[in-house]
Amino acid sequence: MSILVNSSTKVIVQGFTGKEGSFHAEQCIAYGTNIVGGVTPNKGGDVHLGKPVFNTVKEAVEATGATVSMIFVPPIFVSDAIMEAADAGIELAVIITEGAPVKDIMFAKSYAKKNHMKTIGPNCPGIITAEECKIGIMPGSIFKKGRVGLISKSGTLTYEGANQVCKEGHGISTAVGIGGDPIIGLSYKQLLPMFEADPDTDAIVMIGEIGGDLEIQAAEFIKKNITKPVVAFIAGQSAPKGKRMGHAGAIVSGGAGTAKEKMDALEAAGVTVVVSPADIGKAVKEVLEREE
Amino acid sequence: MNIHEYQAKEIFKTYGIPTPRGIVANTPEEAVQNAKELGGNLWVVKAQIHAGGRGLGGGVKLAKSLDEVKKLADEILGMTLVTHQTGPEGKLVQKVYIEEGADIKDELYLGITLDRAKEMPVIMASTEGGMEIEKVAEESPEKIIKVAVDPTIGFQAFHGRELVFRLGILDKEEQRKFINFAKLLFDVYMDKDGEMIEINPLIKTGSGDFIALDAKMGFDDSAIGRHHELEEMRDLSEEDPDEREASRHGLSYISLDGEIGCMVNGAGLAMGTMDTINYMGGSPANFLDVGGKANAITVAKGFEIILKNPNVKAIFVNIFGGIVRCDRIAEGILEATKKVDVHVPVIVRLDGTNAEEAAQILKNANISNVIAATDLADGAKKAVEAAEQA
Repeated sequence: MSILVNSSTKVIVQGFTGKEGSFHAEQCIAYGTNIVGGVTPNKGGDVHLGKPVFNTVKEAVEATGATVSMIFVPPIFVSDAIMEAADAGIELAVIITEGAPVKDIMFAKSYAKKNHMKTIGPNCPGIITAEECKIGIMPGSIFKKGRVGLISKSGTLTYEGANQVCKEGHGISTAVGIGGDPIIGLSYKQLLPMFEADPDTDAIVMIGEIGGDLEIQAAEFIKKNITKPVVAFIAGQSAPKGKRMGHAGAIVSGGAGTAKEKMDALEAAGVTVVVSPADIGKAVKEVLEREE
Repeated sequence: MNIHEYQAKEIFKTYGIPTPRGIVANTPEEAVQNAKELGGNLWVVKAQIHAGGRGLGGGVKLAKSLDEVKKLADEILGMTLVTHQTGPEGKLVQKVYIEEGADIKDELYLGITLDRAKEMPVIMASTEGGMEIEKVAEESPEKIIKVAVDPTIGFQAFHGRELVFRLGILDKEEQRKFINFAKLLFDVYMDKDGEMIEINPLIKTGSGDFIALDAKMGFDDSAIGRHHELEEMRDLSEEDPDEREASRHGLSYISLDGEIGCMVNGAGLAMGTMDTINYMGGSPANFLDVGGKANAITVAKGFEIILKNPNVKAIFVNIFGGIVRCDRIAEGILEATKKVDVHVPVIVRLDGTNAEEAAQILKNANISNVIAATDLADGAKKAVEAAEQA
């Protein structure tokens, strides 16, 4: 078990034959992901990386039975790609592309919801169920199979957190990079109950950052609904107010969305909050030992 | 990207949103010329900088004669205006906007931004115009009316009714005018990929008209590419030259006031690195995200930008390679040591994709001030120690 994806999940790639799409699809296939084909308009009928290419998502879904799509198209085509996937009956779209306009994502996500399609991202590393299925751009080798679920806004902190958990002798069930844009797909509040229900997950790592209030919502949710131990880190404690730290969403404005505010809320919800990301692995080890 | 008040008002005019008449000036002489052209006997001289709170900072003044226009323009042009939004260093005023005086009966507030929780634009309105809206939000949040608008249906009459009734606008003609104003503003926000629009104050005149006395607009950087008219409004002098230089090379850089230069991949890890340095008793000199496409050239550029800051006593390179390949970063460090005088210790932690090749490259190069670190904690500790010893 795991959440959302596993070794039998059938995955297609939108933007399959492009430079980024090709490179990462190849890595995913090498990791063992069941990539059943890809979509690039006007290249239908071709074979790329040993998999069939289709002109439309609808054709790809009909021919392969794919339920998940990994999206690599350029930023201004992202909303179209998401909506096409939703229209074709894809159940989960993982959007890797960085730099899509917020307005486009607003419309695309609204349409995805209407069609009951879940989304992860945009501007995220993707999702990985360790040693089974990697849908994204994360270095697969650091994710050893284990019993810790991970949810992170930041890509590289996902790697940092997972690496530490594995170095401490534990491993990852599923890790989800949710992205740090102002509008994202699945977030803590939707993913936490999935990990809570997953019999193969014993503890959850939650990595957040300044800006917005998703972590505050998560804290409220954890307090009421989550019984498994949660370790959290919030990036940006040393970030000055009003400066945007890389991610479009990472900005403290009007005194709201500070790291302190989020850390306090999580602590009040019974979460083990670490001050430095260098302590994530150790904290996970401690909470798991306490559980035993 | 942000634009000036006078530019935002140009956009408003094209949508039919009422604004006072005004002309921008670069010199006191131009200011007088503009005032003459506008006519009347009352003008407002307004500093044009990308920050709110200009009035309280002394950047907005009333003139009752042409001589006074000249005197005030002379004072304001070239002054460094400090407001609650500029930071203590303030901003240099290079342009003033000369506007006709207005007949103010009531001052309201109207703004639009993204409601991240609802994932749709939210219109914010208040009868407490002319004040710092952050303060109103803090002290009396009930005075700020929020109406979220689902973009798939757009601004409807019922949104408008909710606004006017809650604002206490009871005259039917005034209701019609206000609703129309709000609808046009919503159109601007959506059409132009707005990130934030703020009118503070939006005034009601003695004759019951609503006019945008001020205007502040910011746009989604990811969408600027499809709005050439906005690209032309970009005022480079309002942006930090180092941050701009960095962004031209795909780097995201923000200078801070500490001593340890940071070069990291990913915004989250970059912030986490700063936090760890702080936690260990040091202080970061900058935020720098090399992004997903880092190569030898961009890394060398990063070093150049970091080292421009004379306070930097050590540099911590912290890379967890995913898309970014560590061997390229290592080559970048070598490249940098050839091109730039790297006179401070460089602590390097490379993990993830091609980390072993990278370690080999650095080892073979054998550069005296490059110190290898095993992980994030080790690297931060070594960087703090190196900065202390410098």
